[in-house]
Amino acid sequence: MPTFEYAPAPESRAIVTIEKSYGLFVDGAFTRPKATFATINPADETVLAEVTQAGPKDVDRAVAAARRAYEGVWGKMSGAERGKYLFRIARILQERAREFAVLETLDNGKPIKETRDVDVPIAAAHFFYHAGWADKLEYAGLSASGAQLPRPHGVVGQVIPWNFPLLMLAWKIAPALATGNTVVLKPAETTPLSALLFAEVCQQADLPAGVVNIVTGDGRTGQALVEHPDVDKIAFTGSTEVGKAIARSIAGTSKKATLELGGKAANIVFDDAPLDQAVEGIVNGIFFNQGQVCCAGSRLLVQESIHDQVVAKLKRRLGTLRVGDPMDKNSDLGAINSKAQLQRITSLVEAGVAEGADRWSPECTLPAKGYWFPPTVLTGVSQTHRVATEEIFGPVLSVLTFRTPQEAVAKANNTAYGLSAGVWTEKGSRILWMADQLKAGVVWANTFNRFDPTSPFGGYKESGYGREGGRHGLEAYVTTAPATLTGATR
Amino acid sequence: MSRLDVRKTYKLYIGGAFPRSESGRSYEVVSATGEFLANAAMGSRKDVRDAVVAARSALAGWSGATPYNRGQVLYRVAEVLEGRRTQFVEEVAASEGSSARAAGAVVDAAIDRVVWYAGWTDKIAQVLGNLNPVAGPFFNVSAPEPTGVVGILAPQGSSLLGLVSVVAPVIASGNTAVVVTSADRPLPAVTFGEVLATSDVPGGVVNIITARTAEVASWLAAHRDVNAIDLTGAAGADGVDWGALEVEAAGNLKRVLRPALADGQPVEPDWSADPGLGRIRAFVETKTVWHPKGL
Repeated sequence: MPTFEYAPAPESRAIVTIEKSYGLFVDGAFTRPKATFATINPADETVLAEVTQAGPKDVDRAVAAARRAYEGVWGKMSGAERGKYLFRIARILQERAREFAVLETLDNGKPIKETRDVDVPIAAAHFFYHAGWADKLEYAGLSASGAQLPRPHGVVGQVIPWNFPLLMLAWKIAPALATGNTVVLKPAETTPLSALLFAEVCQQADLPAGVVNIVTGDGRTGQALVEHPDVDKIAFTGSTEVGKAIARSIAGTSKKATLELGGKAANIVFDDAPLDQAVEGIVNGIFFNQGQVCCAGSRLLVQESIHDQVVAKLKRRLGTLRVGDPMDKNSDLGAINSKAQLQRITSLVEAGVAEGADRWSPECTLPAKGYWFPPTVLTGVSQTHRVATEEIFGPVLSVLTFRTPQEAVAKANNTAYGLSAGVWTEKGSRILWMADQLKAGVVWANTFNRFDPTSPFGGYKESGYGREGGRHGLEAYVTTAPATLTGATR
Repeated sequence: MSRLDVRKTYKLYIGGAFPRSESGRSYEVVSATGEFLANAAMGSRKDVRDAVVAARSALAGWSGATPYNRGQVLYRVAEVLEGRRTQFVEEVAASEGSSARAAGAVVDAAIDRVVWYAGWTDKIAQVLGNLNPVAGPFFNVSAPEPTGVVGILAPQGSSLLGLVSVVAPVIASGNTAVVVTSADRPLPAVTFGEVLATSDVPGGVVNIITARTAEVASWLAAHRDVNAIDLTGAAGADGVDWGALEVEAAGNLKRVLRPALADGQPVEPDWSADPGLGRIRAFVETKTVWHPKGL
């Protein structure tokens, strides 16, 4: 196979101005930075900025600002006017798209081609989509005719992860605002910068003060927000472990929650699949965003008769992936987001090898500084191996085999998770049968890792509850219960 | 000469059979006026676990049945309920201390509620699902699926109408259920089990445990093979803290339908009100399927 030399094609970072330090965004303005910690570029370990560790009193102030904005302005504003603010935000995100893409790549470590082509445009699309719902909620089929119209919960506390910082912010804030709630959002400790830049977007859009509040910090800040007595609803994306802790902490209260948690998706390839497309789908499924994706296709279930052929094609394809400088427009894989995550990936892969899996990576030269892990394939994995049951959240594919569709279903469903699954076959009736059998909230057939604001996303079982996106995603942010009976489902 | 009547032994209903409690225990059930009615089986932790096994075993068949079929089976339940109307009126009147006339109205409402849900089975996906117009060449559809095995704490007060109002929406969408009855008014629930057993409802789809709620509820809430729990019957149950049950349920992230609250306290809902779709929505999962379009 011929190899091509690539000239460096770095995206300029001149478009972004990063402040030396940041305060919190509360009640429409930034507070003075204090008790700061550093956020770094994981690709080279340089410090990008200092951000504030919000304490319980800061969270108090943010929740109080959100409450005032809910009761004073946002909760009683017409849906049409709310929608126009969201349209404005969508447009500003589009106008400043390159700036957001560069900032996100610097703070997260993911390749610029992903932030530019996926994270930022889909984030803008989420605001545009939900803007249109704001004055149409009575058409969303959320309550029976004659019953109570859908009403907002009030103040929503939102805690988001580091893998898609701006996109997860959009998934959370857009539906909450469209339905008339106000928001206190905590971005992840390692990726706070795009949320802080989003605060500027809110200012440019003249969004009323307190409707969106951004508090930065670590898990302690998130816990203070989740446990705050004046927060009406929690929306969380992150680990199943923390999700369970949140479910326990709101038990016995009237607080609602939606939880979008971990996954261990099976990507199932039948012997009649279009193999070249399937290989592209397998690669996209597990190496997109360095595999740091809750719905990543981390378990390849390949029909036994084509195992060797698929693995050979896969290795050949992985040999062409470019791992390196995330700011280079030709990079396919960037840096792992943090040292802690790199250690977790490393130790799980070592455990896989110790349990008998064969480890393979293409030849690639990793940068000397920063947090890097090569794309890795583990073959000879069996169902009980840790690499087949635990979420690795890294560029690591575990390969297992099956003989019959029934066996594929049994193995795919043999997990506490149930977020997503993939099926590759040319046989239509088999796709539909498989889609019925798989216990997962999203099933990608002959494709993988597709996202759209109109398409509900969320899991079965321990992958959490509630849906984000689409008509179904609105449900999480409204109540239709009579005002006197506040229990209902969460 | 008067004839000595043949009394019924009130037992559990698990996997389509009517066993006594494996614990060998029973408890005295009295009428609203304090008269002895029967010795009901006092269900145990092991009975709950047996019921979960039965419900899990029945899930594939019931959730895989066509919605049309489930609708006919539920309608059959209403038919058989209607045929046993007199018996239910007597049991409800005795359990709830109501007049025969009032009990009759309750039984009628219960029958009509089953008919209402029978009609829902093949509309749920149409009302709760839809195509999604994604920005790309893909077919994309979202539809509800049953959550799985659902634990139900049936209401303590309304022994028949309340019972069918919590059970019917759970099984209409294809879930299977483990039901803990009203502790003090369990008899109509046991007789309802006999209705289910003779209505083409496959064994294990609904399992009914008469018990002291506080003794068995935590086992049901903590059970790792139960996917969701309805805490309606925590309202007014002796020694039951619904918040503690919700904590147990978080162990495997069960979907939780909380009891209705009034001023922060759990209360039993008004069962005569329009049920709406809330109880169906609470126990379905939305699955979204993507496929490319192309030549």
